[in-house]
Amino acid sequence: MSVQTASTNQATGLLNGDLRDRLLKPDVISGSEMLLRSLLLEGVDTVFGYPGGSVLYIYDAMHGNPDFHHLLTRHEQGAIHAADGYARATGKVGVCIATSGPGATNLVTGIATAYMDSVPIVVITGNVPTSAIGTDAFQEADITGITMPITKHSYLVRDVHDLPRIIREAFHIASTGRKGPVLIDIPKDVSAAKAKFEYVDKISIRGYNPTVTPNKLQVDRLLKAVEKASKPLILAGGGVVYAGAGQQLLEFAEKTQIPVITTLLGLGGFPSAHKLWVGMPGMHGTYASNTALQNCDLLISIGARFDDRVTMKLDGFAPTAKVAHIDVDPAEIGKNVPTDIPCVGDVKIVLEQANQKAKPAKSEAWIGEIEGWKQQYPLRYKDSESELKPQYVIEMISETTDGEAIVTTDVGQHQMWVAQFYKFKHARSLITSGGLGTMGFGFPSAIGAQMAFPDKLVVSVNGDGGFQMCAQELAVCAIHNIPVKIVIINNQVLGMVRQWQEIIYDNRLSHIDLAGSPDFVKLAEAYGVKGLRATNKEEARKAWQEALNTPGPVVIDFVVRKDENVFPMVQAGTTLDEMLLGDYE
Amino acid sequence: MSANKHTISVLVNNQPGVLQRVSGLFGRRGFNIDSITVGASEEPGLSRMIIVTTGDENTLEQISKQLYKLIDVIKVNDLSSNPMVARELALIQINAEPKVRPEILGVVETFRASVVDIGPTTMIVQVVGDSDKIEAMVELLKPYGIRELSRTGVTAMIRGIVK
Repeated sequence: MSVQTASTNQATGLLNGDLRDRLLKPDVISGSEMLLRSLLLEGVDTVFGYPGGSVLYIYDAMHGNPDFHHLLTRHEQGAIHAADGYARATGKVGVCIATSGPGATNLVTGIATAYMDSVPIVVITGNVPTSAIGTDAFQEADITGITMPITKHSYLVRDVHDLPRIIREAFHIASTGRKGPVLIDIPKDVSAAKAKFEYVDKISIRGYNPTVTPNKLQVDRLLKAVEKASKPLILAGGGVVYAGAGQQLLEFAEKTQIPVITTLLGLGGFPSAHKLWVGMPGMHGTYASNTALQNCDLLISIGARFDDRVTMKLDGFAPTAKVAHIDVDPAEIGKNVPTDIPCVGDVKIVLEQANQKAKPAKSEAWIGEIEGWKQQYPLRYKDSESELKPQYVIEMISETTDGEAIVTTDVGQHQMWVAQFYKFKHARSLITSGGLGTMGFGFPSAIGAQMAFPDKLVVSVNGDGGFQMCAQELAVCAIHNIPVKIVIINNQVLGMVRQWQEIIYDNRLSHIDLAGSPDFVKLAEAYGVKGLRATNKEEARKAWQEALNTPGPVVIDFVVRKDENVFPMVQAGTTLDEMLLGDYE
Repeated sequence: MSANKHTISVLVNNQPGVLQRVSGLFGRRGFNIDSITVGASEEPGLSRMIIVTTGDENTLEQISKQLYKLIDVIKVNDLSSNPMVARELALIQINAEPKVRPEILGVVETFRASVVDIGPTTMIVQVVGDSDKIEAMVELLKPYGIRELSRTGVTAMIRGIVK
C-alpha cells in the first residue's frame, strides 16, 4: 500500500511549501484541474471514487498527476463509506467522487450515514452538462435535490469561476460547527470549461457563523449546579470525540467527581478503564449506566443529542434530573429533552472554560452506589466450550489488541457486542454507524481508516449479513494490499432482527435466514485475500493470531452460536429501568 | 402548550433551491406551513420569505433553530411576537351579469377593494388586507358565484422601528 501524505500546515490544515506555490499559480486551467488543485490545497491526500461519463474530465485531469492519490472502489457506496472512515479516523475531511445519476444516487446511503453522525465529508458528483440539466438526459439525477435533507449544505456549480470558492466553502462548512457532509455537483461542461484559477484565502459566509465560545453565564450556572448536585452524571457523545475534547472531559470529570457514561459514538472519548466510567447507556447499555440515568439529579449531556436509542421512552427518561446540555448545534438543545441549562459552543472550549473554575460535586455516596450496580450487574455472557460465542471473539480481540487498534463495525448484534466487550482507550478508535445504522458500512469504512493510518492495526468487525452488502471491496484490499483484518461474526442469520422477532414478535422468525451465503474463506481467496475460519475457541485464538501475524488483509470467518442475544436490552417504547437482563434472569 | 399561528420572516440568500431547502425542512421535520410567500428584499441578492405556521412555543423555537442551520438562511424573525402589519392579496373572479354589477360594486367599495377586470358576464375583484378581511370578502361574494379564486399568502412586517 502506498500513501503519500503531503506536508500540511498544522494550524490551517493547508498545504505548505513548493507544491503550494505551484498549485496557487493563477494559470488558466479547466474546472477539473481547479478541483484537483483545490483539493490538494485543502490538504487532501486521498480521495475515494468511481469514474463515469460525467466526471471524465476530472479523471482525465488525474491522469499522470503525481500529487493526487485516488482509490478506486468497486461500488460508490464503498467509496463514500471509505471516505467516512477516513474522516472519522483522522478528524479531517473525507472526500469521494462519483459520476452523475446512478453514481451519485449510490452515494445516498453513505451521505445519510455521515449526516446522522456529523462526519465531515465533501462529496463531489458529476452531472450532465448544464444545457442538458432538466431534460431527463442520460444518467441525469437531481442529486442536490435528492440529498438536500441529508447534507449540511450543497452546491450545484453553474460557472467554472465559482469552483475554487465553492470548494473552499464546502471544506469550511463540512469541518466547522456541527460537522457534516457537503455535496458539490459539477456539470460536465463546468469541469471542462477553463478560467483563471483564483484561490481565495479568506472565506466569509454570511449565513454561517457557528457559535463556538459559550455564554459565560451558562457555564457558571452549570458549575453551580454541579456543586449542588449529589447524584450528577455526565452523558458524553460523539461531539466529545469530534471536538478532540477527550482530555478536557477527563479533567472535568476528575475535578467535579462526576461519573461518565458514553454513547455508542462517544466510546473512546473517555477511557473505559477509568474508575469514573460507567459504560454505555441505552437500548443495549449497561445496567449501571441506565440505572444511573434514571436516578441522577443532574444530567450533563456533552456533545450527545439524546437519540432515542439512548433515551428510549422520552416520557420517563431521567425523571429526577435537572438537565444541562452542551452542544455546538443550538438546534439540539431542547429538541428531544427539555433543558434547564443550555450551553451552546464547541465542547472543547466549553469544557476548558468550565475546568478553570470547576469544583467537586457531593458525589461520593453516589459513586459508591453506581459502583455497587457495576459489581452486581457487569456485562457478562454464558461462555461455552462446545460452541464459539460472539462475545468471546470480541473479548479476545480486545485483549490481544489492548485497545490500540482502530475498530470499525457494521450494524447489528456484533456492533453492540463490540460496544459492550471491546475496551476502548482512545478517541477515534471506534468507527461505527450510530445514527443511521447502516449495514454495509463496517468493511469499507475500515479501508478508509487504514488509508489514513497505514501503520495502525485496523480491525473491521462485521456480521455475515452486513459484510455481504459491500464485500466486493475485498478487491481494493487485495490490489493495494490494505492490511485490514476483516472479522465476520457469522451466525448465519440477521441476528438483531432475529432477536427482535424472538422477543417482540413472539418468536415468529420471518426472512432472517442467511442460508446461501458464500463460503467466506473461499470468497476471500477468490479476491486474492487470505481467508481463515474458526468454529471453536481454540481455532478462534489460532486464526486470530495468524491474522495478526499476516502483513496483508485477512478475512476471518468466526462461526458462532446462532441463537445468542444481546443483553441487557430495553425494548422500544419502554423506559430505561425496564431492562431485560438475559442470563441474569 | 397551545398551538398558535405564527408569522415568521426569513431572510435568505437568493440562490436556486433555497425555497426547496426551507419548505423541505418544514415538511420533513413535521412543521406546518399555512402559507409561504417569497420575494425580493431591500438588499440585492437576498430574498425574504414570510411563512405562516401553527405550533406551540417549543415548535416555534425548533423551527427557528432548524432554519438557522441552513447555510442560506441569514435571519429569522418571529413577526407575530410584535405588533405587525400582515397583508394578503386575493383575485376573485365572480359571475357578474350587468344587472348585479352595481350591487357588487357596493360591496367592493365598502371593503376598499377594486375591480380590475370586467368581462361580458364576469368581474375580477382585487382585495388586499389581512386574512380575515379576505375571508369576509370571499363570503360576501360567494352568493354571486365565484368562478376562480387566487390568494397570495401573507406577507408581513413589524410596525415602527424594531430593535
